[in-house]
Amino acid sequence: MRKVYSRPKSLKRNPFHYCPGCGHSIIHRLIAEVIDEMNLRDIVVGIPPPGCSVFAHHYFDIDMAESAHGREAAVATGVKRTAPEVIVFTYQGDGDLAAIGTAETIHAANRGERITSIFVNNAVYGMTGGQMAPTTLSGQKTTTTPYGRDVSLEGYPIKMSEMLALARGAVYIERTAVSSPANIRKTKKAIRKAFQAQIDGLGYSLVEILSACPTNWRMSPLESWQWIEKEMTKEFPLGVIKDVTGASDAN
Amino acid sequence: MNGNSTIGEAAIRAGCQGYFGYPITPQNELTEYMATHLSRKKGCTFIQAESEIAAINMVYGASLAGARAMTSSSSPGISLKQEGISYLAACELPAVIVNMSRGGPGLGSISASQSDYFQATRGGGHGDYRTIVLAPSSGQELADLTHRAFDLADKYLIPVIILGDAMLGQMMEPVEFKYEAPEELPVRSNAMRGAKGHPSRVIKTFTSKPSELEEINWSLFRRYQLIKKQETSYEAFMVEDAELIVIAFGIAARIAKGAIKTARSNGLKVGMLRPITLWPFPSDKVRELAKKTKYFLVFEMNMGQMIEDVQLALEGKGEIFFHGRPGGVIPTPSEVSLIVSRLCYQKGLK
Repeated sequence: MRKVYSRPKSLKRNPFHYCPGCGHSIIHRLIAEVIDEMNLRDIVVGIPPPGCSVFAHHYFDIDMAESAHGREAAVATGVKRTAPEVIVFTYQGDGDLAAIGTAETIHAANRGERITSIFVNNAVYGMTGGQMAPTTLSGQKTTTTPYGRDVSLEGYPIKMSEMLALARGAVYIERTAVSSPANIRKTKKAIRKAFQAQIDGLGYSLVEILSACPTNWRMSPLESWQWIEKEMTKEFPLGVIKDVTGASDAN
Repeated sequence: MNGNSTIGEAAIRAGCQGYFGYPITPQNELTEYMATHLSRKKGCTFIQAESEIAAINMVYGASLAGARAMTSSSSPGISLKQEGISYLAACELPAVIVNMSRGGPGLGSISASQSDYFQATRGGGHGDYRTIVLAPSSGQELADLTHRAFDLADKYLIPVIILGDAMLGQMMEPVEFKYEAPEELPVRSNAMRGAKGHPSRVIKTFTSKPSELEEINWSLFRRYQLIKKQETSYEAFMVEDAELIVIAFGIAARIAKGAIKTARSNGLKVGMLRPITLWPFPSDKVRELAKKTKYFLVFEMNMGQMIEDVQLALEGKGEIFFHGRPGGVIPTPSEVSLIVSRLCYQKGLK
């Protein structure tokens, strides 16, 4: 019998603790598959964030070092500049990359650091109990916007990928989702492309992944996947936002 | 050479491979020195970061990848670095952090002050940890202690603070660099560069089990005890027959030394104890001195911070007096002389 599907080498034998319908386990697996397929396990260092995925090292069988909230891009910069042969990726949430770590992220992108950010956007602070994130949709109810996000008071959902695309040092930015098998396949392709941009030494790469948080959204897994496709993609359209990896003006 | 550049040159000679800075007066000459010299050295990195917070986290990244890494700032900037220092301490990552301190609180002044003593010696950030704190008092010592700082950081896997001040940083003094690291330093065995040839590794600070964290705290504490035993250092100046001992550190000790020489020339038996490591504090030495000497004058350029360590060390023995100038005011040797001779007169010391 031919084995067509198995656990990637870059994942440990630990069952995921994430909630049913949560995107983290899918995204972890996609990253692990890409690391295996690109043969990067020996030279990859992952920088996971505080939050639900603080336990990423419990699942990934690769070198991993935790970062303070929002500082992943700075930490990754320190690693990459010290050991340029290492492939470094950050794994960050929306509160992390789009609120507290905005400065670190924008400047790492602007310097064209040869690092890759996996940006998981689920529109809430997950681990702390579903508070408003910078990416929370207009009118969306969270524990700190119990009457719905009022954009006149709380501002608009922030579009980090579009903002980062303006940075000359960023060479590849794509927004995907893990809301359907087709989108999951596209996400994997994007992750691979982002790693390739780093391997080629071109500059900063980022994949923003729209992901579900059924627990804090108060939805069933299925409803939450549908909500990504119906609601989130209106504010955060999927697709390649920037790709100059083939262009001559890539760093 | 000015003190800030001296630190830069000494750091490069100690094998510093990564410097991450952010401009703040009065330490900019150090950042500029590294931009000029470290950035051109093979295999080395200089980054002017977007903030002090980013800079300390770049140090964290460089350190976990195995580099001898360093950042520098001055008081308000050091406050911003405390988050990163706490993580470095938790992850047992070596790093050198220079604080050329200035007056505070707040934005304060850009003049020399010693008001960051508490912050430096009590850990500074959140959580139960310590950093080694070295207090140079001359250009030569800036060079020597910078080298020692890198060695201590690697030996004990701990962040080391060099606590200088605006005056030391700006002062021009002749310096002899006594050390030169080999062209290529060996990579630390625990450097994180991918799981090649060994099981994957994790550097983490978060745990959901309090008992696991308690064990980490105990292991840090045991190392701190070892550091106390092995690395405490100080300078004792004319203490053998002293009836009054001035206790001062850094630039204040330099000022006090002039006053003590004056006092001695007037026949007053005055000496000085200068802690070189502020943490670990030379408590045993203070206790030993108290066997022969009754009077202690603590002199600091703040409102009285190190005095608490002196009080703890003396355990109620002896009599402690204090003279302090906060806010970035630089006291003169003659001012300290006056305090010393008045004290001697009041206590009937000849």
